[in-house]
Amino acid sequence: MTIRSNIEKTLDNAEKLNGSLNSFLKIDRDYALRRAEELDNSGAKPGALHGFAVAVKDNICTSFSQTSCGSKILGDYRPQYDATAVSRLIDDGAVIIGKTNMDEFAMGSSNENSAFGNVKNPWDLDRVPGGSSGGSAVAVASGVVRASLGSETGGSVRQPASFCGIAGLKPTYGRISRYGLVAFASSLDQIGIFGQTSRDIASLLGVIAGRDKNDSTTADVAVSDYVSELDNDISGIKIGVPRALFGEGLDDEVRNSVENAIENYRKLGAEIVDVELPNSKYSIAVYYILATAEASSNLARFDGVRYGFRAEDAHELREMYMKTREEGFGAEVKRRIMLGTYVLSSGYYDAYYSKAQKVRTLLKNDFLSAFEKCDAIITPTSPSTAFKIGEKSDDPLSMYLSDIYTASANLAGIPGISIPCGLSSEGLPIGVQLLGPAWSESKLLCLANRFESEFPLSKKPEYFV
Amino acid sequence: MKEGWEAVIGMEIHAQLKTETKIFCGCAANFGDEPNANTCPVCLGLPGALPVLNEKVVELGAKAALSLGLNINETSIFSRKNYFYPDLPKGYQISQFDKPFSSNGTLEVLTAERDESGHAKDWKPIKIHIERMHLEEDAGKNVHEGLPDVDKYSYIDLNRAGTPLGEIVTGPDFRTSWQAYDYVNHVRRVLQWVGASDADMEKGNLRCEANVSVRKVGEEKFRNKVELKNLNSVRFMQKAIEYEIERQIEAHESGEGVNQETRLWDEKNNKTKVMRSKEDAHDYRYFPEPDLQPLKVSTEFIEKIKSEIPELPDAMLARFQRDYDLTFADASQLVGDISLAAFYEATAAASKNARASANWILSELQREWNAAGNSAADSPVSAENLAELIRFLDEEKINGKQAKEVLIEMFASGKSAADVVKEQGLEQISDSGAIEKIVEDVMAANEGQVAAYRGGNEKLLGFFVGQVMKASKGQANPKMVNEVLLEKLK
Repeated sequence: MTIRSNIEKTLDNAEKLNGSLNSFLKIDRDYALRRAEELDNSGAKPGALHGFAVAVKDNICTSFSQTSCGSKILGDYRPQYDATAVSRLIDDGAVIIGKTNMDEFAMGSSNENSAFGNVKNPWDLDRVPGGSSGGSAVAVASGVVRASLGSETGGSVRQPASFCGIAGLKPTYGRISRYGLVAFASSLDQIGIFGQTSRDIASLLGVIAGRDKNDSTTADVAVSDYVSELDNDISGIKIGVPRALFGEGLDDEVRNSVENAIENYRKLGAEIVDVELPNSKYSIAVYYILATAEASSNLARFDGVRYGFRAEDAHELREMYMKTREEGFGAEVKRRIMLGTYVLSSGYYDAYYSKAQKVRTLLKNDFLSAFEKCDAIITPTSPSTAFKIGEKSDDPLSMYLSDIYTASANLAGIPGISIPCGLSSEGLPIGVQLLGPAWSESKLLCLANRFESEFPLSKKPEYFV
Repeated sequence: MKEGWEAVIGMEIHAQLKTETKIFCGCAANFGDEPNANTCPVCLGLPGALPVLNEKVVELGAKAALSLGLNINETSIFSRKNYFYPDLPKGYQISQFDKPFSSNGTLEVLTAERDESGHAKDWKPIKIHIERMHLEEDAGKNVHEGLPDVDKYSYIDLNRAGTPLGEIVTGPDFRTSWQAYDYVNHVRRVLQWVGASDADMEKGNLRCEANVSVRKVGEEKFRNKVELKNLNSVRFMQKAIEYEIERQIEAHESGEGVNQETRLWDEKNNKTKVMRSKEDAHDYRYFPEPDLQPLKVSTEFIEKIKSEIPELPDAMLARFQRDYDLTFADASQLVGDISLAAFYEATAAASKNARASANWILSELQREWNAAGNSAADSPVSAENLAELIRFLDEEKINGKQAKEVLIEMFASGKSAADVVKEQGLEQISDSGAIEKIVEDVMAANEGQVAAYRGGNEKLLGFFVGQVMKASKGQANPKMVNEVLLEKLK
């Protein structure tokens, strides 16, 4: 078997399923085949990912393909450079086969905010795949690729992983370079990884993690050998349960499934302890202040001056700015830009942004004290299973609550992983989330790997290659 | 200024720090290259690009701050200043806001009012509070002329986008336009002196803005202030402030009042005009830049930078007056530039004549520099060579008139004083054998006078001296000639 024939098969699968699932915005057939041939011909094996097919979310810059961010304002924008994560994958021998659909600028929890159409959940085409990295989640869940890159700001990898029945990791802030990840909220953004299993995630993470001189917020912390540490013993590991978060708003089936997962961890040798995260009830409020504030500034560069979409019928500068942004951005992006502009405005800064930063510190401290009592914290990933397309799209507040279990990890900068822990009565996957202290990815992957091996889902989605 | 009123002026100076590369990327920080030649994803503000702080900016910023009497803060924070403009590619400028790089400095500035003809009278020091110097990136430039279809299009050159700036902000501490003028010149010279900035206003690597208000003498509160922009030289700045002071006094006295606004100096019509009113002021929505870590500066680093800062011009001015016995005027000219001051000190040390060194540099050599477009930094006559010339003069090897001619030749040829003196045959003959030979020749040619002298007409000695000097073309050492003649004529 050549790499070319494997990649060709992958591309065929991607093209075949994309009509139903819409998970790819661009399938880079020519590029991927050329790359596969190069690898076949070179003889040398650059790394462990030699010939490994990867799909990449369309907000991560690729010089060989488009980077639209799911937005009309960028459209088929072609970056001048590759994101650090992308170039590290390529250098290791991975083959990027295409760019995946997403909520516009990663703002959303359902993928309904893409300017290029919904992504469909392969378990049920009437349902959302979650968001914002829905396309990357579906590319893995439908079996097209074993792993893909997504991005997280408040749960955009873990929540779609949960809705699609796969594994999804949000690493520690500073673990993976953000250079080339189009910014939504810089202090929260982090590239994340989807895998059919946590082993797939481990093999990608080891390649792309680590200090990058182009991103001042990457940390000089040693990168573990995540793959070889996957099979470490988990007995005696302490898993904390924040019971207070298992109450109101949580779907009963999800609660039962997560309780069952906790019991299963106990059976695997983990010690279960109670922990408290008293400030996590503020996480959504804090998140939507800080994330929108940063977004209002990060998205200012999309002004029609240098690249992307520009409104044509403007007669002077101010009008050009206004029309370009009015026509180029979708409703949710505009809503968040306005929210963020408001909270940073003179006279409101102290009441919102400044106060939210203080609560963010409290939230970080909550986790620090909780991790004195345990090695990892377990919660549901999302309060529900995948909801129906259109069900929440007119109710942004209820949509925002989808992030209730995930956003606090982004605010605290800690890693989290979501893995499937069961199926609902409707046959939809349910996700459980494990959170750990900063730089504990290896331990989280190990815990996830053990669970997946012992308790795999009983079936595959309806749409699977 | 009208009796009973006083002006209140605060200054903001933007100085481009003299780094090879930009503040947040590796692009060259050059002036005058092809438009957009020095750009990359970072300074173009492309999606996904991130800033990385250039450490050289911290070093030069520290030099600038310390030499302006500022305290460097152990931790400072970069913030985003948000506004839309085509020359600002990210839609925000990375600057510093509530935690600047340096703050709370006191600076002593020599200042003098000027008479009608612009001559300074009575220099005296004033103390200025410098509130802060923070670090930030510059914006690019919009170009509206000299390109095709400028009636339809504007062009953007982002070469300047991301060049490093130090913004230096004073308290409202100046009371006259000349104080502000002397302050800006002081800052310019200090920044050039320590190598932190070229501080050349014509090239735009030093720009200033003035905040001007007036009040009745004795009033404590400030009245509405006006921010003055488009001050393209120190002289324009002084004129603009002067104009604005008079305009505001008149506006207050007529009851019309002064609006808080930004005004531009119109150098064609010699007046200020409104650019924007307070109502149009931006809300910059500053917040900490999440893409950069807080900037931490260690005590060791500050000590290291301190040790690298040379003696500053004002200290040198005092020392030159004291140690070299120079006038204020001469000393201030010599400290006008660090290479000139160094040139002077080297000349004074080698010639052992500090006053003469100052005179020669400020008159004869300066004239040659001016004519040839040179300066102390690239002088064809080195300090050592000039010192040698001064020594020849002091040793009376040559006279003053000859020395000036020698200097011109030294300047033109780059030769040493000794070589020029020798080549032009200006050197005195002090070799006793050579002098004896000339004396003997003169005696042989004037046997009658020799006999007369020996017969008792000793007045003829002057005749013989004259003849010997003539025969030696004036080069013979007159003292030796006398001695040899007296001996031979015995």
